[in-house]
Amino acid sequence: MKRYSAFAIAREAARYHTGWERAWRSPEPKSHYDVIIIGAGGHGLATAYYLGKNYGITNVAVIEKGWLGGGNTGRNTTIIRSNYLQDPSAAIYEKARSLYETMSQDLNYNVMFSPRGVIMLAQTEHEIRGYQRTAHANALQGVKTEWIGPERVKQLVPIIELSGPRYPVLGGLWQSRGGTARHDAVAWGYARACSDMGMDIIQQCEVTGIDKSGGNVTGIQTTKGAIKCNKLGMVVAGNSGHLADMAGFRLPLESVALQALVSEPIKPCMDVVVMANTVHGYMSQSDKGEMVIGGGTDGFNNYTQRGSFHHLEETVRALIETFPMISRLKMLRHWGGIVDVTGDRSPIIGTTPVGNCYINCGWGTGGFKAIPGSGWAMAEVIATGEPQGLAAEFGLNRFQEGRFIDESVAAGVAH
Amino acid sequence: MSTRIQTGGRHLDRSKQVHFNWAGKQLTGYGGDTLASALLANGELLVGRSFKYHRARGLIASGAEEPNALVGLGTGAKFEPNQRATTTELFDGLVAKPQNAWPSLAFDVGAINKMMSRFFPAGFYYKTFIHPRFAWKHLFEPIIRKAAGLGAAPTEKDVDRYEYFYAHVDVLIIGGGIAGLASALAAGQAGASVLLVEQTAHFGGRAVVDGVDIDDEPAEIWVEETLAALREMPNVTIRNRTMGAGVYDHGYATVYERINDHLPEMITDHAPNMDAPRHRLWRVRAGRIVTATGAIERPLSFAGNDIPGVMLAGAVRDYLVNYGASVGDRVVIATNNDDAYRSAIALVEAGLDVPVILDARTTADGELPTLAREIGIRVETGKAISSVKGNKHVTGVGICSQAGEGAELEEIKCDAVAMSGGWSPVVHLWSHCGGKLNWDADQSMFRPDPNRPPLGYDGAGFVHVAGTANGYLDAAGVMEDAIKIGKLAAKETGHKPKATKVPSTFSAPENPIEPIWQMPQGMSRKLQMKTFLDYQNDVKVSDVRLAAQEGYQSVEHTKRYTTLGMATDQGKLSNINGLAILADSLNAEIPAVGTTTFRPPYQPISMGAIAGDARGELFKPIRQSPMHHWIDTNGGFWEPVADWRRPYCFQQNGESVGDAVTREILNTRQNVGLLDASTLGKIIVKGPDAGKFLDMMYTNMMSTLKVGRCRYGLMCTENGFLSDDGVVARIDDETFLCHTTSGGSDRIHAWMEEWLQTEWWDWNVYTANVTEQYAQIAVVGPNARKVLEKIGGMDVSADALPFMAFKDGELGGIKARPYRISFSGELSYEIAVPASQGQAFWDMCMEAGAEFGIQPYGTECLHVMRAEKGFIMIGDETDGTVIPQDLGLSWAVSKKKDDFLGKRAQQRSHMVDPKRWRLVGLKSVEPNEVIPDGAYAIDGTVRDNGVKHMIGRITSSYFSPTLNHAIAMGLVENGPERMGDIIDFPTTDGRVIKAEICDPVFLDPEGTRQNV
Repeated sequence: MKRYSAFAIAREAARYHTGWERAWRSPEPKSHYDVIIIGAGGHGLATAYYLGKNYGITNVAVIEKGWLGGGNTGRNTTIIRSNYLQDPSAAIYEKARSLYETMSQDLNYNVMFSPRGVIMLAQTEHEIRGYQRTAHANALQGVKTEWIGPERVKQLVPIIELSGPRYPVLGGLWQSRGGTARHDAVAWGYARACSDMGMDIIQQCEVTGIDKSGGNVTGIQTTKGAIKCNKLGMVVAGNSGHLADMAGFRLPLESVALQALVSEPIKPCMDVVVMANTVHGYMSQSDKGEMVIGGGTDGFNNYTQRGSFHHLEETVRALIETFPMISRLKMLRHWGGIVDVTGDRSPIIGTTPVGNCYINCGWGTGGFKAIPGSGWAMAEVIATGEPQGLAAEFGLNRFQEGRFIDESVAAGVAH
Repeated sequence: MSTRIQTGGRHLDRSKQVHFNWAGKQLTGYGGDTLASALLANGELLVGRSFKYHRARGLIASGAEEPNALVGLGTGAKFEPNQRATTTELFDGLVAKPQNAWPSLAFDVGAINKMMSRFFPAGFYYKTFIHPRFAWKHLFEPIIRKAAGLGAAPTEKDVDRYEYFYAHVDVLIIGGGIAGLASALAAGQAGASVLLVEQTAHFGGRAVVDGVDIDDEPAEIWVEETLAALREMPNVTIRNRTMGAGVYDHGYATVYERINDHLPEMITDHAPNMDAPRHRLWRVRAGRIVTATGAIERPLSFAGNDIPGVMLAGAVRDYLVNYGASVGDRVVIATNNDDAYRSAIALVEAGLDVPVILDARTTADGELPTLAREIGIRVETGKAISSVKGNKHVTGVGICSQAGEGAELEEIKCDAVAMSGGWSPVVHLWSHCGGKLNWDADQSMFRPDPNRPPLGYDGAGFVHVAGTANGYLDAAGVMEDAIKIGKLAAKETGHKPKATKVPSTFSAPENPIEPIWQMPQGMSRKLQMKTFLDYQNDVKVSDVRLAAQEGYQSVEHTKRYTTLGMATDQGKLSNINGLAILADSLNAEIPAVGTTTFRPPYQPISMGAIAGDARGELFKPIRQSPMHHWIDTNGGFWEPVADWRRPYCFQQNGESVGDAVTREILNTRQNVGLLDASTLGKIIVKGPDAGKFLDMMYTNMMSTLKVGRCRYGLMCTENGFLSDDGVVARIDDETFLCHTTSGGSDRIHAWMEEWLQTEWWDWNVYTANVTEQYAQIAVVGPNARKVLEKIGGMDVSADALPFMAFKDGELGGIKARPYRISFSGELSYEIAVPASQGQAFWDMCMEAGAEFGIQPYGTECLHVMRAEKGFIMIGDETDGTVIPQDLGLSWAVSKKKDDFLGKRAQQRSHMVDPKRWRLVGLKSVEPNEVIPDGAYAIDGTVRDNGVKHMIGRITSSYFSPTLNHAIAMGLVENGPERMGDIIDFPTTDGRVIKAEICDPVFLDPEGTRQNV
């Protein structure tokens, strides 16, 4: 792999950039792999990457029915934070956040991680108590967060309206090391690194069946033929239910549409990410200048990657109350993705009722921030065959045991 | 240079001068101008700077697809960035500013990027700025952010008003060209209700510009007659300046009406009857949607195709015919089709010079080329532009052979170039909800596939496309298709179309287009780097080829890697050209590459319009109790609670909030207090199966409750977690009244309905949320009974109305239902009266209570008093992970019932784990030290992952004035077994607070105060 650098660009400029090589190969599938990962989104690619990097397992295929990074990885609002409440969550999200810090260097691909800071606004007394609790928990978990008052909020976000007629801003939970990254670049950077390790990323290849023998997975059927494997990882977010069905087990998931929208680009006016759970909306400004806006999930299950308009109305209303200046901006585009939501708003990572078959799903509305941590944890599960490390408490069995990792407070608004 | 010409200008009112300000200059246009046409007429060719390289840009189009001419419009609270000059109608006093240029459009410092463009190809930022690690955030990113971003951010609060409209129609027709008009007429005549919308101010579309004849007269006459006929029809509604924005499932569409954007601000001030909202967002539910949205012309890809003075040929014609404005005096035409010859002929007829038409096709012998030759225009076939000369404006073009690599054969001086790469139907609205496309190789265009439409609830397609948008480029085809579609839409919505005559049309026939995706065919990478596909985002032919070379081969990857089509025009000009280059790079067919996803809205719509009226006071209107006004005027310090406002406390004589709370607690405990409890949810559950139903909803046994009695109940989710609590009263055999938390009334009502409608639909139970029908007033404290006895009307003695009973009767002449329940541990009555009598009863209590020391109290007093008694609060002691057993509430969980929601869940291994954190009281060792809300307790050990081991947490924490001691409730591992132990609570500011574990009932555990 030729390394990327300013020097490389200068060199290529001299020959009109005709010398750049492919970022990743586009091979036909081999007949057998040690590990097959289904789903070339951020989580699937990160899983493959850490299988290679942490465990030296490189005879790996990542199978994708569309184009890599085309699901929720390419549709989310790119927020990265780790101010979660429960211990297992804080651990995996903080691991992810710290991996984001060095991702550009690790992958030699600029994913534009920008720790611009994230504020979660408190707009009721109840929310104040909730965030103060999170701040206490984070302090013990080693996650740097801070409760800040309204004046500090205004200082960080000059365009905010503190004393809206409905919900005044009473303060917020501030994570200065949270921020955003370029979502496509995360998928592309991992894909390039995986390809460089000799892994096969096979796009436009849909899984049509899962082969089992004696309760164990032996391979998959795809639109590009049968492929055998020793171990299988499913990392397909909103379509996890379908895939589990093919393998013969069920998942406690609901798939719903989550929407986002962007404004036309404007000159920089907001440096940090703001989330407002009470009014249900969140906003940041991209490097291009667009205000990137997200809200809640639709109230019904669905697989079409678009959402209902009334949800956008609610989100935009909420944000105009919080940031009155956006009223005269225009919405450029809105879109939807299908997120897989669990009952406790925490992911499922671990073994399944089928032997040699592992699953990573249920990231719901907040998966992007977790990508490197999720891949790290999933790689450990697949490599060792045991639910351990960061994934230890996220297994499917927690639903049978009632051992929920409830993050509905932290995930109060989709993000 | 661009100029106003003496003739022409269909839309102009030359008798009316309109003054406006552009970039600080006072300029003049005519009535009927757009900002774009007025700028062109004033010789202002340079209108913007591009996003990435800050290249000088001029007008390129005449409509919504314009990528370059984005301006800042208005000032102050009416400022709006990124407004398209082409869709902005000129009005007197209009103020517009250029964007993305500093210090001025002509001398933009950012244009340094243009010099460096060779080093900034597609995706360059993914490959650099990687080291050192912190430089991205602190150095590179700030520079990039500042350079990007187009228009300035508004700084003031919007003063304009917006609103929603709702419409239900049989047929929504989007587009007011001849296709839309013909469809509307056909559907309207069939009796269908029709809404016809046109995004511009004018109807007629291209036909009226292109010299089409209908029924042997200019199309304009047919357009006027048809409009007149439609306006006569009561079943047809027509709106101009109204755009079809988005198509959604089940025939839902958003339609965006710009009501007064084109009016001078003065008019709204001087004419009150013009007090209309600025924008109106129509939410239309239509049986069928007909999109008659026409087509957009494609640029040609030649080097220098972005230099100001290069314009789409159709736009050249629009400005000439509609606005009497010309892009230049000597205009070279470059084309691959016959249509562009119309522009050449129009220019010559207007007295302007067309030095040459460069037609990339090898032959051009159709009717229009022949006519062009006849009027003396030089036509060169098989020729192309090798490069456009000039910097801030066009000075000439080099001519080359289309088949070659670009060797210049000749240079021709000119000041403008009109280009046409053919037309692409506007299929956006068809595609929003899943309509699929076919590639029409003959016409080099994607057109809707009628066999794969967006499907409605019944499995039938609910969108039709008519006219040019459907792939018909000739007037006769358009007319026939449009009438057919109009009739079809009417028929499908239950109407009988009438037999009508299709008007005869005449327009010059055209020979086939030849697809030309780059000019010349064999252009070098160097030329490709000067050939723009996406003008606003500066994406060039070389960028798309680079993306393909690097493996970003999916059309979505190419788009995202190069930013092709991601600008404010969403690729209206660039997408087809870009994916043709991609297909060529991949050696694939265009349809195999496919398009990116079309997403709403068609054109950007204002956030204000999306929010509509729901802003300020109307954003989530505040629910008000009957006593709201009294509280507001009597010192109430409000806090938001769910949809309500509740008083946190009542401040008297300038006292602090804290002092007020302390006074209220002490007064209520010593004398008597008055609380507005009206916000508590009240749900009637009625029917023969009501008791059986409540036995499922609550953990307690409710079916055994006696009429006239109350019972405190708990509700859990299926997962066993506590979700709400409240007092249930049995009104009669079949009727229960369930109280919920203030925030829970709607949620719990919906929860009940969900079970009744999906699981127990055969149970005879009805529910009604009567929260707002009653005012509920709590009279609390040792003197509570005295107050009610003074008001009189009902026996409220301990015998007549014992604890946990209620009675219907009258108090002070008002129908009242006092409940003997207590959330404070005091003698307490919660009295429900009709909402209309709430204030009267409140006044009565205040008056009767005066001699007993009555004072109103707020929510914080309520919270402290309940904590002193160890009563839990949903949302404080619970957080979605707590089960009743954690809170010492096992007594409220029936052991006798076979089932209730949450029962099975509560039997799971983790739920019965003795190590679960359970409720205890906590007393700070230092009596005045209140433990912060949410603090965690630690035992000093550290877990494997380095996290300090937590053994519990604070759920509620207060200073108790009654006990003169800081108290808290909390959940602690093995807590109830550790009475008397002292545990540590570290705070976020580095202190450690020590607290003793105790019983959570701090006050009067025997209940002697309440049971009197």
